Amino acid sequence: MSVMAVAQLRTEIDRDLCQRLLYYMLMMRELEERIELKLYRQGKVVGGCYTGRGQEAIPVGSAILSEPGDWLTPSHRDMAALLIRGITPKEILAQYMGRATGLTRGRDGNMHMGCARRHCVPIISSIGASIPVAGGLALAMRYRGESNVVFNYSGDGAASRGDWHEGLNMAAVMRLPIVYLCNNNLYAYSTPLDKQMVGQDIADRAAAYGIQSEVVEGNDVLAVYDATRRAVAHARSGQGPYFIECKTFRMSGHSAHDPADYVPKSLREKWSRKDPILMLQKYMVDEHAADERDFVNNRRQVLAEIDQAVEWALAQPFPDPATLEDDVYESV
Amino acid sequence: MPTTTYVEAIRQGLWEEMERDENVFVMGEDVGVYGGAFKVTKGMLERFGELRVIDTPLSESAIVGAGTGAAINGLRPVLEMQFADFMACGFDQITNFAAKCRYRWGQAVPMVIRAPAGGNIHGGPFHSQNIEMPYVHTPGLKVVQPATAYDAKGLIKASIRDNDPVIFLEHKYLYRSVKEELPQHDYTVPLSRAKVRRKGSDLSIITYGWMVHVALEAAGNLSREGVSVEVVDLRTLVPLDRRAVLASAKKTSKVILLHEDTLTGGLGGELAGIIAEHAFDYLDGPLVRVAAPDTPVPFSPILEEAFLPGVDEIEEKARWLHRF
Repeated sequence: MSVMAVAQLRTEIDRDLCQRLLYYMLMMRELEERIELKLYRQGKVVGGCYTGRGQEAIPVGSAILSEPGDWLTPSHRDMAALLIRGITPKEILAQYMGRATGLTRGRDGNMHMGCARRHCVPIISSIGASIPVAGGLALAMRYRGESNVVFNYSGDGAASRGDWHEGLNMAAVMRLPIVYLCNNNLYAYSTPLDKQMVGQDIADRAAAYGIQSEVVEGNDVLAVYDATRRAVAHARSGQGPYFIECKTFRMSGHSAHDPADYVPKSLREKWSRKDPILMLQKYMVDEHAADERDFVNNRRQVLAEIDQAVEWALAQPFPDPATLEDDVYESV
Repeated sequence: MPTTTYVEAIRQGLWEEMERDENVFVMGEDVGVYGGAFKVTKGMLERFGELRVIDTPLSESAIVGAGTGAAINGLRPVLEMQFADFMACGFDQITNFAAKCRYRWGQAVPMVIRAPAGGNIHGGPFHSQNIEMPYVHTPGLKVVQPATAYDAKGLIKASIRDNDPVIFLEHKYLYRSVKEELPQHDYTVPLSRAKVRRKGSDLSIITYGWMVHVALEAAGNLSREGVSVEVVDLRTLVPLDRRAVLASAKKTSKVILLHEDTLTGGLGGELAGIIAEHAFDYLDGPLVRVAAPDTPVPFSPILEEAFLPGVDEIEEKARWLHRF
C-alpha cells in the first residue's frame, strides 16, 4: 500500500472512531438532559438524578476501548460507559422510572444500575468502594489466565475514602490489570477540591502507591482515548494497574435538586468554553471537513431515538409489590 | 479412630472444598506462608499455590471488596478476617455491597467470610467480641456459628457451596477445646437447621456457639436436681430455624435465651419476639434472657469471668424459671 493510501485509510478509521465517540457523547448528553430537565420535572422520574454533563468525554473515550471480556465499574456520571457496553436508552429510562423492566427491576434507582451479562457492576453509593471491588474482578481474570482488564471509574471525592487507598495499594502490590479513570471535576457535592486535599493532582497519590499514572485534559475525548489506549496496553500485558486522572468540571449540580450556587460563576464560564462535544466537533470540522449540518442530523437522530425510548419506558409495568421479598437470598 | 479438633475440622472442610472446586480460593492477612493466625490455612500455600492462597495487605475493606469482585467474576472466595472484631473495617463492603448484590441486580455473591469470634481467651476488648448482630440484621447475609467439630466441618463446606454471602463465625475458645471423631465420607450440614443437643421437658435453653457447651454443663447439673433441660443449638442465626425454636418452646413452655453476646440488641430479644408472637399461649413463664452485660469485653481474667455468662448464672435462672 502506498504512503498516500495508508494515510487515507488512517483518516477513515479516525473519522469512523470520531463518529462513534460523538454519538455516545451526544446520546449521554441528550438522554441525561431529557431525564433531568424534562422527566424529572414532570414527576416521571423521582428520587436522585445525577448527570455527567460536561464530563462525557471520560466514559466515552475510555469505555470505547473495552473488549467483551473486560469488566467496568462505572460511577454515577458515566452513563456512556453503560451505553457503550450495549445497555440501551430504553433500559436506562425504565431504570430511572422504577419499572419492572429496568436493570434493577425497581430495586434501585437512577444511575445505580449494572448488568452482569454486559460486565458492568452498578455503582456502590459509598463512593470509592468500587476500587477494591475492581481488584477482585481483576484477580479473577488473572486466576483464569485471561488478558482482560477492569475499567474502574471514580471521582475526586472518592480519593478521600479509605477504600480508595486500600484498593489502590492492594492492586499495586498484586499488579492487577486495572485501568482507573478518575474524573476530577473539582467538586465533591458542594465541597471544592482544596477542602478535600492538599495539592492539585490526585494522580500523585496513585504514583505514591507505585502505580503508573498520568494527568489528561478530561474534556478532550481524543486525549482520554489516547491515554486509555496506553493504560490498557500496560494492564493487558501484565504490567499492573494504570491510573488516569481526567481534569474536568461538573456542569450541573450534584443532583437535579442542587442549583450549585456555591460554584463561582467565572469558574463555570471558563469550563463552558471547553465543552467536550463542541471540542470534538471542532476537531472533526478541522480534520475531516465535517459539516455543521452533519451535527444537526446527528443530534436529530439521537433525539428521535430518545423519543422512542421514552415512549417505550412510560408504557412499561411497575414492579409487582408481591415480589418485594424476592431475591434477598437464592431461592431454593 | 483419631479425634479431630474444631479448628482442624474447619481446616479439613476448607481443604476438601479447595480440592473439590478449583474456583474456591482463600485470601486474607497472614494466610499464606504463616498459615493464618489460628493455623486454619496451614499447608494450603504448599498444596494450592499462590494463586489460590493469597496473602493481602492489612486492609479488611479491600479484602472484602476484592472478595466480592472475585465472586461476581466467577470465583468462590473464602476470606479470613484475622479476628471477627476487625470485620468492622470491612462493614461497608459487606453490608452495603455484598449483601445487596442479589437484590439490586440479581447478582450472586458466593463468598464466605471466616471470622474468629468470642471470648474466654483473655483477648480483651479488641479480640473477644461477638459481632454477629449487625450482620444478622442485614438482609442478604447468612450468619453461621458452629459449636462442635462435626458441625464446623459440615457447615464450612455448606457455606462454601452456598450461593449467598456467609459470615462464618468460628469460636476461638472452641478451636482446640472441643474435638470428636469425624466421618470419613464427604458430608455437609445445612445452613438452616438447628439441632437439639439434649432433650428435656421442663425448660429449654436456646443458644449457639460456645454457650451450647456451657448450657449442656448446666443442664447436666440441673438434671441431678430433677430439672429436665432441653438444649437447642441454633447453628445458623440466618436463616434462623424458627420451627425448631418454636417446637422446643411449645414443648417445654419455659425458655431461656442464652448468648455470649451482650444483652441489648442481642439475638435473645429477637428470639423472644418470635416466641411471644407465635407461641405465647404455650408459655408457662416469662422468657428469660441470659447474656453478657452491656459493656466492652474486659481483659483481666477475673473481670472477663464476671462478664461471660457462666454455668452458675444459667443454673440460677433455670431454677427460678422452673419454680415459676
